[in-house]
Amino acid sequence: MQHGKYRFIAGFLILPLALYGVFVISPFVQAIYYSFTDWTGLSSDFRMTGLKNYQRLWNDDVFWKAVWHNVLLLLVLPVVTLGLGLFFAFMLNVGGRRRKNAAVAGVRGSGLYKVVYFFPQVLSIAIVALLFQFAYNPNSGALNSFLSAVGLDSVRPEWLGDPRLALWCVTAVMVWSNVGFYVVLFSAGMSAIPRDFYEAALLDGANRLQTFFRVTLPLLWDTVQTGWVYMGIMALDSFAVVQIMTVGPGGPDYSTEVLSFYLYTKAFRDGQAGYATSLGVALLIVTMIFAGVVLKLGRRERLEY
Amino acid sequence: MAVTAEPTGGSGAATPDAGKAARPGTPRESMGREGGVLNVFSHGVLFIWGLMVTLPLLWAVMSAFKTDKEIFTSPWALPHGLHFDAWSRAWSQAHMSEYFLNSVIVVAGSLTGTMLLGSMAAYVLARFEFPGNRFIYFLFVGGMSFPVILALVPLFFVMKNMQLLDTYHGLILVYIAYSLPFTIFFLSGFFRTLPTSVAEAALIDGASHTRTFFQVMLPMAKPGLISVGIFNFLGQWNQYLLPTVLNVGDEDKKLLPQGLVALAVSQGYKGDWSGLFAGLVMAMLPVLAAYVVFQRQVQAGLTAGALK
Repeated sequence: MQHGKYRFIAGFLILPLALYGVFVISPFVQAIYYSFTDWTGLSSDFRMTGLKNYQRLWNDDVFWKAVWHNVLLLLVLPVVTLGLGLFFAFMLNVGGRRRKNAAVAGVRGSGLYKVVYFFPQVLSIAIVALLFQFAYNPNSGALNSFLSAVGLDSVRPEWLGDPRLALWCVTAVMVWSNVGFYVVLFSAGMSAIPRDFYEAALLDGANRLQTFFRVTLPLLWDTVQTGWVYMGIMALDSFAVVQIMTVGPGGPDYSTEVLSFYLYTKAFRDGQAGYATSLGVALLIVTMIFAGVVLKLGRRERLEY
Repeated sequence: MAVTAEPTGGSGAATPDAGKAARPGTPRESMGREGGVLNVFSHGVLFIWGLMVTLPLLWAVMSAFKTDKEIFTSPWALPHGLHFDAWSRAWSQAHMSEYFLNSVIVVAGSLTGTMLLGSMAAYVLARFEFPGNRFIYFLFVGGMSFPVILALVPLFFVMKNMQLLDTYHGLILVYIAYSLPFTIFFLSGFFRTLPTSVAEAALIDGASHTRTFFQVMLPMAKPGLISVGIFNFLGQWNQYLLPTVLNVGDEDKKLLPQGLVALAVSQGYKGDWSGLFAGLVMAMLPVLAAYVVFQRQVQAGLTAGALK
């Protein structure tokens, strides 16, 4: 019996572990190793160079630009996306006209809103990025022709062509495609909050703003924190949007360069695989710092209800 | 808790700061009026965001039916007639049919493999005690939080040495490997919630562990399998990063998302904007249609990991 059990366990685990080891674990470990070499990726010979890649990193202006853009995205993207998500979810669930005997009510048609808001979430990021590349087109794109149509002919920005605007265009696309997910997620969380809580808040004379900040948000905190981590990881990636949509890509003038795309160009265009992996390690460090900060700041007493 | 001595219009059991919110009239009346204004306001903002989501999509659909000249001169006008030639151009000349087929082949293989291997590993890790169980579990689950792009450079050369670059089976194996962390995380949580008595009864009746898994436990785990299956299907169907790096061979071997990007570049050179929009809409509509039909399951599946 015991013998049979272990054979069964080994039989079920061997294939998943083998695949995972070969295609996920070993590349991660190798990446860290290669970051200490001068490997080009084109030939199989390379030398250990110690910390040389990291020294070069330290003096690389483009690298610092990319880090700065990643940090900017990391600060702005979760705040805007989760903020809008919470706002819309609260409107959907509590913003309705009050019916008899109900402390709170959802708006009419909230199901339809949720279906529509979720549209971008099921589309490939490649489709979304292409769509907005056309929408941002300064001559015939949807945005500028809309501006002309409402009489703002003089505004018509260059959008992705303007170094001051390009990164915000990227941010906007990522917000656009992710808000729906959080509306649905937070809505599910909000509908699990007992109605009595809202009734109690109402009897105590709390208005909607207070209800939101003192009842809804604390009870949703766990979900918000999970969302924060998800959005942060997304902000640290943002490869597809930058690679597909921006001028250059990564431009104009490195204004949308991010770590993931810089790594990609170094490894697969410039033949500097060793240096590229050291960029990857830097990205890993930023990710770990971010996760640590969120977990530390977000630690609160868990509320059971 | 310090109760304020402020007269707060009868709401005796007030929290300390309810006093600031006290307004004339009973709370209920003021809420009623506020509710009316708020209702209009909420509908307003909700409707505006709805427009912001749908208008870009509608604009793309409209453009796909226009001529190239119309797209340039009147981007927001309705098309003058339904021009389907862009669609046939995208489908046959611009490889869209091949991209679809490639994606179907790869995702069919990888989804089957992910579900099979993922549920097997999750079951063993959730229901059996053995040395190293926790270590293997965290090894898998830890993979969820690492940036994939870090592994991509060495992965490219691992694939190259194994002659798996630019092949269907190579992509299938990689898709499975990178889908395992979430699948195992989610399903092992699910297997833990299932009652143990049924499996024990099956074992006492003489069923082997393997048979118990396939004929008793898997059917019981069906709701969890559907959620994670939808999650993996969308993730793999929409995957862009992995094929962009690992599938760079022939033009007609590309998967749908990377093929679309290639299409955008090539049709952009030719100035075939309508063909491009047709390709984009062609890729967009099946997923959106499937989503509208199965919206409840899709929403539940995609948010399942974040709601514990």
